[in-house]
Amino acid sequence: MTTYLLKRLAISLATLVLASIVVFAVLEILPGDPARLMLGMNASADQVELLRNQMGLNAPLALRYLHWASGLLSLDFGRSYTYSVPVIDLVRERLAVSLPLALIALALSTIIAIPVGLFSASRRGRAGDTISMGAAQLGVAVPNFWFALMLIYIFAVWLRLVPAGGFPGWSAGVWPALKSLLLPAIALALPQAAILARVTRSALIEVLNDDYIRTARAKGLPYRAVLWRHALRNAMIPVLTILGLQFAFLLAGTIIIENVFYLPGLGRLVFQAITQRDLIVVESVVMLLVAAVIAVNLIVDLSYAVVDPRLRSRQ
Amino acid sequence: MSLLEIENLSLTIGETQILKDMELSVAPGEVMGLVGESGSGKSMTALTVMQLLPYAARATGRVSFDGIDILAASEDQMCALRGDDIGMVFQEPMTALNPVKTIGEQVAEGIRWHTKTTRAAAEERARKMLDRVGLPEAKFPLSRYPHELSGGQRQRVVIAIACALKPKLLIADEPTTALDVVLQAQILDLLLDLVAESRMGLLLISHDLAVVTEMADRITILRRGEVMEAGDTARTLSEQLHPYTRQLAQASMHVPARARPHDTSQGKPLLQVEGVTRDYPGRRASLFRRAPTIRAVDDVSLSMAPGQSVALVGRSGCGKSTLARMILALDKPSAGTIRFRGETVTGKGEAELKPARRDMQVVFQDPYGSFDPRQKVEKLVAEPLHVLDKKPTRAERREMVAHALHEVGLDQRDMDKYPHEFSGGQRQRLSIARAIITRPKLVVADEPVSALDVSIRAQILDLFAELNQKLGIAYLFITHDLTVARAITDEVLVMHDGKIVERGKTNEVLDHPQSEAARALVTAAPDLHRAIAKRMQEQG
Amino acid sequence: MTLHIDIPEETFSSILAKAFRNTAFVTGFVITLLILAMAVVSYIWTPYDVTKLVISDKTQGPSLAHWFGTDHFGRDILSMIMVGARNSIAVALVAVGIGMGIGVPLGAFAAARGGLVDEALMRINDLVFAFPALLSAIMITAIFGPGAVNAIIAIGIFNIPVFARVARAGALAIWPREFILAARAAGKSSTQISIEHVLPNIATLLLVQGTIQFALGILAEAGLSYLGLGAQPPMPSWGRMLFDAQTRMVVAPWMAIFPGMAIVITVLGLNLLGDGIADILDPKSRRQR
Repeated sequence: MTTYLLKRLAISLATLVLASIVVFAVLEILPGDPARLMLGMNASADQVELLRNQMGLNAPLALRYLHWASGLLSLDFGRSYTYSVPVIDLVRERLAVSLPLALIALALSTIIAIPVGLFSASRRGRAGDTISMGAAQLGVAVPNFWFALMLIYIFAVWLRLVPAGGFPGWSAGVWPALKSLLLPAIALALPQAAILARVTRSALIEVLNDDYIRTARAKGLPYRAVLWRHALRNAMIPVLTILGLQFAFLLAGTIIIENVFYLPGLGRLVFQAITQRDLIVVESVVMLLVAAVIAVNLIVDLSYAVVDPRLRSRQ
Repeated sequence: MSLLEIENLSLTIGETQILKDMELSVAPGEVMGLVGESGSGKSMTALTVMQLLPYAARATGRVSFDGIDILAASEDQMCALRGDDIGMVFQEPMTALNPVKTIGEQVAEGIRWHTKTTRAAAEERARKMLDRVGLPEAKFPLSRYPHELSGGQRQRVVIAIACALKPKLLIADEPTTALDVVLQAQILDLLLDLVAESRMGLLLISHDLAVVTEMADRITILRRGEVMEAGDTARTLSEQLHPYTRQLAQASMHVPARARPHDTSQGKPLLQVEGVTRDYPGRRASLFRRAPTIRAVDDVSLSMAPGQSVALVGRSGCGKSTLARMILALDKPSAGTIRFRGETVTGKGEAELKPARRDMQVVFQDPYGSFDPRQKVEKLVAEPLHVLDKKPTRAERREMVAHALHEVGLDQRDMDKYPHEFSGGQRQRLSIARAIITRPKLVVADEPVSALDVSIRAQILDLFAELNQKLGIAYLFITHDLTVARAITDEVLVMHDGKIVERGKTNEVLDHPQSEAARALVTAAPDLHRAIAKRMQEQG
Repeated sequence: MTLHIDIPEETFSSILAKAFRNTAFVTGFVITLLILAMAVVSYIWTPYDVTKLVISDKTQGPSLAHWFGTDHFGRDILSMIMVGARNSIAVALVAVGIGMGIGVPLGAFAAARGGLVDEALMRINDLVFAFPALLSAIMITAIFGPGAVNAIIAIGIFNIPVFARVARAGALAIWPREFILAARAAGKSSTQISIEHVLPNIATLLLVQGTIQFALGILAEAGLSYLGLGAQPPMPSWGRMLFDAQTRMVVAPWMAIFPGMAIVITVLGLNLLGDGIADILDPKSRRQR
């Protein structure tokens, strides 16, 4: 068990380090001199050179990487060129929108998908199964930003139940803030729920063909009890895998969805930072998102071990 | 009165008729043996009694258990019967247990479900049951998971689940087919004891006539869904009135006609294995301790003469397949050398091995798995021609394949078919055709007939014997089945825990085993002659 | 249980017959064919010229003259959807090609070699998976500038580890089979075995994954062009049309509805096609029926 844990942890850390090198390297080759960009086209070459020295841009590559990486570790991400504030403040402010959004979406997707998958698998081939899987098939095909537009049209423009976009801030009260996150969360969650429901169903159906299901039936357990007690836990592994992948998907999805709803979140921040060439912000936010994905994958790996005793005794 | 009575049972799955007017009965305390070759419908009979048939199955006729009409029973009624009054043991112990639940949970589950007792009381009973089936608490606490147990131990857990509530009827569907002979004997003994203890009826399903003869009071012989013959075991098998019974019995005891073995006393040996050892890295217990090594093959030496037929026998996991792979240069020994036709093959690259590969071929156990399903027979059988120095033209290749197919009794037109168009026995013929196409000097056959029905097995053994005589091919048969060793080999090597513990003339070793491992194998091996004689004797 | 269900004889025509009894396959096949046909036809004919702005016709609702209405420049939405299909399909298809062309050999190689090579390749895979695909696509297009070609590269790169993983998993299931051992005993090298035995046996798997990635590629391309990082105006693209529609939702909802439906139907068709192929060719699902 400990060997498994340590191995997964080591792999995650190594991936994180490699990822940071990749991010740093990619942004190094980004065209345009950040100092020149900050000072504008009218600045003299001397002014630019001065700022480059101040920003440490003239130091050797490896040194700059180490400086940047150690900064990341102490949560010192540097200052944004465009906003002229420490990046960490920006991130903190934007995270207050993006993190709740992603979590609500993930929760929503799980709450919808797992029962639907169970329901479908237990009525395989019957009308209920056909209808819910038809809906799931449709859900998988819907682009979330188009779905978001349709939601805005119906609930904001037509029924006027919720605002069409924008975010009042948590200072305006929990309910108004949540209300403005509701449509974005649904838009993010439903297509993901469709995928998850399909995976849950097929994992269950595959497991239901296993020999030990027959053993359980031969004990006298009714079909439903077998489904709950024996099939579900065995079907959890593919479901967990997909949940982990979906988290990465949801994070990326926020970039588009925050743009649709004009939400001041991380996704919108990074998108704007890219177009404005605000390197420091881009680096920091990308690293943060990548770290989050790696952390979630680590959690998924560890939860495999909780579900499956075979992994606990393997190295 | 009978406990289980099946009358006029017909079963169809989709369009296919599985059973036709099937009759069978089991009395309390009686062992009924149901025998048949694959596809005869014996497993489906069991599933009909349990009402665990696949979706599209339709059963008509009458199945009554303890006065209950099974075919008319509701699902709730069946749930009350299953596990409480009828227990079932399955063939595959490796997959029959839920991998994520402890054995304690799995045994106690049925007890709790049926008796509505507390968890503690159910676990108490589960504990007793596991003790009873030979899994004592000290080594097998309730908290063990299935993957921590061996195949034989898992089958004991399955039996504990099935017998936990002392059912009136126990159905055992090929309960020992996946186990080696020594484990098979232990499990069969356990089943007999349990049945005697609580006067259970036992419906024992098997393809092995010898096993059923040893176990069953009465026997029902099934063929393609129809009962051929049924009655008292001793009488049925001694009189062999029905032609199919006779055919089955003869096929089980078949010994191919072979001229005297080649004179092998002089001349250079074909194969020499000297001090070969194979270690595998074991499981690491912790990050900081080095992994122990597992020695699969331990300092083995042997030698084979041209044209000689040798059996390598042993229990599963004794290292015989690992040894075979090293001889075939598919695996590298950790120590020792292997010489083929006087030349060392160990440590050589694939290019240098080509001449050796030409003279050394292999036949595998599984006729379903040993062919690439996406290729046609011509390509599959011709695959070993790859090692020839001069690549044959397409016409030459077809000619060679046609010849090989002819030699194994297949039609040359078969070369344009895909492997799934052949039956299991035909596929094993294809395997042999592939093995002999390069005219090898040695064929290593890893359990070549153990997946086949007895009648097909007899034919394949005949084919092996014939090719040995005609082409002078030497065989190394890897098998756990002593009947096969006896039928077709001159010499036998007994392997145990990676070592060769006994060697000699096949008949001498099998009739008078000296080592403990060989004795265990011989006593455990089911033997139809012996079983019938014993039955007759018991009845006077 | 000794229950050998013999797999019925399978020829090309019998598979074809089975395919046309499979509703998912037929539906998916027809939809995909229609979308492809639409894209091809758009090269020779569209109801209106999509490059010509007719301001007098701007934001008109669906009518007999303009079935799906017109946009804020008076362009015919149906014509734009037809031309946009070209772009979507081209981007997604080439991206799948990149993913398969590089990912499958890598995955097959990792499975054949095992050990350190396998470990290293899979760790690189993990690394790529750690970057949310869309985020990286945005970065790539931001660095090299927006445009269809960069969108293809961005989506293609993230198809590589997907195909590598599927190919590796499939190959790992094939390698322990006895027919591979037989091929090794016949002296074949691991490259030869990979090509002759492994790849044909995982082809179905790859085909199904191909349709899934194709569908995902269409969605990703739409997302990128919605953000302005895909094909550039005046070339119409489905995502860009949705972006233009967003601010005009109240006055011209059809500008959003029809391009969105085009995406949904295309993706649905491809997914159904994939499901159908899996159903028809996968021996596992065959056993279940």
